[in-house]
Amino acid sequence: MTKIQLKNVSKAYGNSKKVIDNMNLEIRDGSFTVLVGPSGCGKSTTLRMIAGLEEVTSGEIWIGDQLVNEVAPGKRGISMVFQNYALYPTMTVRGNIEFGLENMKIPKVERKKMVEEIAEIVDLTEFLDKRPQNLSGGQRQRVALARAMVKKPKVFIFDEPLSNLDAKLRGQMRTELIQLHKRLGTTFIYVTHDQVEAMSMGDEIVILDKGNIMQQAAPMEVYHNPENQFAAKFIGIPAMNVLPIAMLERNIGKMTDGRIFHVGFRPEHAEIQTAKQTTSGVHLPCEIMTMETLGSETLYLVNSDAGQFQVKSFHNPLMNTKKVHVTIPFDKLYFFDTQGNRVYTDGLPFEWRDEKVREEVLV
Amino acid sequence: MNLAKSSYINEVSEGEKPRSIKLTKWRPYLLIAPAIIVFLVFFIQPIFYMIYLSFHEWNFISPDKTFVGLENFIVLLSDPMFLQVIRNTLMYTFFTVLLSISIALLMSIWLNRQGWMYSFVQGAVFSPHIISLVSIAMLWMWIMDADYGLLNWVLSLVGINKVPWLTEPNIALASLIIIAVWKNIGYYTLIIIAGLQSIPKHLYEAAALDQTSGIRRFTKITFPMLSPSLFFLTIIGILDSIKVFETISIITKGGPLNSTNTLVYYIYENGFIFFKIGYASAAGVILLVILGILTLIYFKALSKRVHYQ
Repeated sequence: MTKIQLKNVSKAYGNSKKVIDNMNLEIRDGSFTVLVGPSGCGKSTTLRMIAGLEEVTSGEIWIGDQLVNEVAPGKRGISMVFQNYALYPTMTVRGNIEFGLENMKIPKVERKKMVEEIAEIVDLTEFLDKRPQNLSGGQRQRVALARAMVKKPKVFIFDEPLSNLDAKLRGQMRTELIQLHKRLGTTFIYVTHDQVEAMSMGDEIVILDKGNIMQQAAPMEVYHNPENQFAAKFIGIPAMNVLPIAMLERNIGKMTDGRIFHVGFRPEHAEIQTAKQTTSGVHLPCEIMTMETLGSETLYLVNSDAGQFQVKSFHNPLMNTKKVHVTIPFDKLYFFDTQGNRVYTDGLPFEWRDEKVREEVLV
Repeated sequence: MNLAKSSYINEVSEGEKPRSIKLTKWRPYLLIAPAIIVFLVFFIQPIFYMIYLSFHEWNFISPDKTFVGLENFIVLLSDPMFLQVIRNTLMYTFFTVLLSISIALLMSIWLNRQGWMYSFVQGAVFSPHIISLVSIAMLWMWIMDADYGLLNWVLSLVGINKVPWLTEPNIALASLIIIAVWKNIGYYTLIIIAGLQSIPKHLYEAAALDQTSGIRRFTKITFPMLSPSLFFLTIIGILDSIKVFETISIITKGGPLNSTNTLVYYIYENGFIFFKIGYASAAGVILLVILGILTLIYFKALSKRVHYQ
């Protein structure tokens, strides 16, 4: 059992403001949990506290059924892959992988076997006697992985391990890590600021902002059902459009729910057309400001009475068009209160401005 | 316009080019000439002149130099006094460098942290480095004075008898080593602390996760990562110590009983006190050979074991 629990954990450096404020987090055994958030949100600090590289100011950290607050980093059954790999430059690849085993006083014959097995898995056999300086970024990354794997830890921890690689290699390593997780079945905790990595790799995402957990859920759950404006805007490319509800009242009718302050919708859920259609939803006459064609999809920045927002379309780009018509289906609208928290409503929280729309919805 | 332009091009291609090529060819040599001339006149020429003199007998004043072949070298190498000078020099160098680096390493590990006290101590141990060697020599002559010295007074407080620091042949060389180490430590500490601070912190974090013991953390990470600094200090330490002159010339003048006479002082003594220029030059040649061999050894053997990022 290696679920990880943070109970009321806070962290402050010196007397300054708390970086992590009363965090409660549970990481399931065998999950691939991704901590994601903008820089300075406390994700790395959280990770380093779990690893034991930072002390907690208050609260408890449990790994399995052991309270690890006072346990040395090496004794927590954790392996960590660092952002800059942190390979020992004075040792060969073999030395790097073997170092932890030597410290654990594993006999030489066994050590040799373990190192060679791991080298085989990460495809480093021919580089075992080279020094890290003579390897490429991707190879160094694999040495770091091998060094972490060889100790057979209960938990793997990754601190933005792919951020130093180029885009192509990053994509490749992403798949390799997912496969690795499947094969090992160990708990993975992964920190990144890149929401694409979070969405594609994690089976659980923890979104952090300013030391607070904004949402913890499976990637698609976060995408379809964000708990607040921050989570809604953080996940998804491009970010969710969020407009003040007051600007939309003219188009949809009077609000019946006083809590609602903002309304959001995803760019890919809005339909962009040249003429008004009869499908039900919020209808907005718009003007195209910019257009980015990405091949399979097109990204529009449009301007309407309600404000500027983005629309993602999978149809052919609308060349030489200025005036367009955007329709957002009612069931794709997200409502938020003044604090940015999600407002859940039964049915639609506004009066029908035009009866025809109501009929369409009710049918 | 067109016409003007083409005539300009003609002028450049036909008139200017040959001259500018000539100039381009010589320009680099012209630019390094001042440095090369200084180097040749003040470094290379004296070396060859010294080698030339080492085969002659000359008293510095008489116009004629008598060619004596290898006699100077033969006399030198069969002179028990010279052999003692060599032994003194090597002993002095070995212990000065070893103690300076070891003590500085311990000091650095202790001082490499935040706090006004550490900064103060670091500044304090550095201060001998900026004092002139002559002043240091005068200061230590007083400190180590057998009858009125500070050191013996402090020792007498804890009941230790007077030590004849500078007058006993068995102790005098050790005393000079103490002085040299005292002067070196500050600078060495500074260099090693800089080396310690350039070791990335994440290496220690990785080591912590690898369950590394304190001793192995030092021998496997800190020490290898410091090797460039230590290598640098070893080289300058050995070159400095082999050429020691000021403290000996002021404090002991090679005595008592030749026990603190080292190569450079011996050369000076023979050349400028006894005016045996040929003989002194031969000793100079031997110093040159020793320094050359040492430098070669470092770069061949030691540099392989040194880690550079």
